[in-house]
Amino acid sequence: MSLAHPTRTRKDSAPPKAGKRTTTTRGNGRAGVPSGRGDTGHRTDLLESMLRIRRFEERCVELYSAAKIRGFVHLYIGEEAVAVGINEALTPEDAVVSTYREHGHALARGITAEAAMAEMYGRTTGCSGGRGGSMHLFDASRRFYGGNAIVAGGLPLAAGLALADHMRGQPHVTCCFFGDGAFAEGEFHETANLAALWKLPVLLVCENNLYAMGTALERHEAQTDLAMRAASYGMVAWAVDGMDVEAVEQAARRAVEGVRTGTGPHFLELRTYRFRAHSMYDPDRYRHKAEIERWKERDPISLLTDRMRENGELGDDALARIEQGITDEIDHAVEAAEQAPEEPVEHLFHHVTSSSAEAVH
Amino acid sequence: MGVGGTHEAKTTYREAMREALRQALRSDDRVFLMGEDVGRYGGCFGVSLGLLEEFGPERVRDTPLSESAFVGAGIGAALSGMRPIVEIMTVNFSLLALDQILNNAATLLHMSGGQLPVPLVIRMTTGAGRQLAAQHSHSLEGWYAHIPGIRVLAPATLEDARHMLAPALADPDPVLIFEHGSLYNVSGELLPSTAPVDLDHAAIRRPGTDISLITYGGSLPKALAAADELAAEGISAEVIDLRTLRPLDDAAITVSVARTHRAVVVDEAWRTGSLAAEVSARIAEESFYDLDAPVERVCSAEVPMPYARRLEEAALPQVADIVAAAHRAVD
Repeated sequence: MSLAHPTRTRKDSAPPKAGKRTTTTRGNGRAGVPSGRGDTGHRTDLLESMLRIRRFEERCVELYSAAKIRGFVHLYIGEEAVAVGINEALTPEDAVVSTYREHGHALARGITAEAAMAEMYGRTTGCSGGRGGSMHLFDASRRFYGGNAIVAGGLPLAAGLALADHMRGQPHVTCCFFGDGAFAEGEFHETANLAALWKLPVLLVCENNLYAMGTALERHEAQTDLAMRAASYGMVAWAVDGMDVEAVEQAARRAVEGVRTGTGPHFLELRTYRFRAHSMYDPDRYRHKAEIERWKERDPISLLTDRMRENGELGDDALARIEQGITDEIDHAVEAAEQAPEEPVEHLFHHVTSSSAEAVH
Repeated sequence: MGVGGTHEAKTTYREAMREALRQALRSDDRVFLMGEDVGRYGGCFGVSLGLLEEFGPERVRDTPLSESAFVGAGIGAALSGMRPIVEIMTVNFSLLALDQILNNAATLLHMSGGQLPVPLVIRMTTGAGRQLAAQHSHSLEGWYAHIPGIRVLAPATLEDARHMLAPALADPDPVLIFEHGSLYNVSGELLPSTAPVDLDHAAIRRPGTDISLITYGGSLPKALAAADELAAEGISAEVIDLRTLRPLDDAAITVSVARTHRAVVVDEAWRTGSLAAEVSARIAEESFYDLDAPVERVCSAEVPMPYARRLEEAALPQVADIVAAAHRAVD
């Protein structure tokens, strides 16, 4: 068994084959491994959570086109299985650090569509009070620490959150999401070293969607076997099919359990793909349509829906009810955001420092 | 070598800082010290010598040479309720952590709509004068003073070295403390009863009526020496120690200039875009009609700091330069 997934499986940027998990691990991780609940109700929850993210972002596209929301908007469409599957393994006391492509992480973490949408609108009712926008969603009450728009910039924060828990003897895990592009940044390597050296309770979740902005993995990394590189720091690392939410959940539970036993950081490479461009500004000229279409055949939502249909766990009526519920939820979120107050300009200097309610020189 | 004895003993700036750290570690379990060589080595400049033995490796924590990771980890720990003191060896090295300081420490509170204050203290040395050449000698605290969301301190006296740390730790926001390398061996008597420093206000280190010498940090002893020379000539110089570089105490500057009508700003950073430039601009904005002469500036020569002793001395503000600037303003 290799340390990490074989690079050749990704050379042609082909999606993993349906039904064939690409998970590899350093050892036999099967014994005593907690798995997903695997029952119909649970699969329905996973589906609903992924659909909420998908529909939320589709609405964002419309609203962006209508100039209702602005800024850089990085869509997660195609990667929903990662956020939803990982979140299943976390407790409310665990911490999550995210990137600028964090709508999915935020919604999976329980930030409401209403609070997230209001943030897109820059309104006071947004989860960051309108100061962050799409790239900077925060919720301290859910230990959701952003929303970091500097690639790999959130990794040191995650080490620090984990250090605090570690020093106080808290059993919490800090989960840090980042993309394959982070591997080119020093902060990834500095943090991996520090976290492994100090055996910090961190779960490093690399969403390998094959592109760092518009640059393909093999054009930005000398060594594209990311799990192997992470393993070189002395942490347990393996690659997972990031399009299969149940595979993600299972891997996440195993990794989180490992982190909680105090053996230090664990690393998961989630092999996934974004169906949309890097951001709303991106004309996406660097990818072949055929490649995108191939990956869409393994759309994480279709994958789970088909599985549930085959098992007789999901009928058209049930799916329609879920869809309608989400549509209502997002309609309500948009309506609430439209009507939410804009912050008065007199508040411009609020939150510059903890005491600043007026201009600070 | 504490400062709490009944007999007044000579204390160095280094020891005063160490005592401040010791008190912080003793009085609050959330406080820990983290940085390059702070533990076994005793601190790159000897400041934390003995603290590892007293508080153990969890709370006096040696880090890899990974400025970005350990400063960022300090931010994360602060977000989670700890009170980290992070030591970076020199301001030059802090540039490797600039992303974390500017993009995270200074901005998280604002970007999160007030949800995520970062109660973090970062200490580092700054300044030249020890022939350490161009990658260990610069004075970049003015760059940090540019950034909203952080407080920037420059303790120049034993009292400030001893008593600035506690209020810095009590600040809910990130505080950067710049310790000029040439000050560590400065010694004197330190009263045990000195109260915590008011971090919002500058200090008049020497009252005067004819000219204001406005400075901070490692340049304070030079400004005081210049004031002595000027006094011998019958010129009464007031010496203002800014102490807090952000937020600047505008009122202290304005009131002093209203009294003296002349100002010399002394700053070891390069003149272009320096804190001296900012102070000069504020005097122009707020005290223009009080001035009897143009504002003078004494800064470092615009060269990367040379190693050669004679050239390093020539590049740095010296007492004679301050006296000459004062003469230009007064004569």
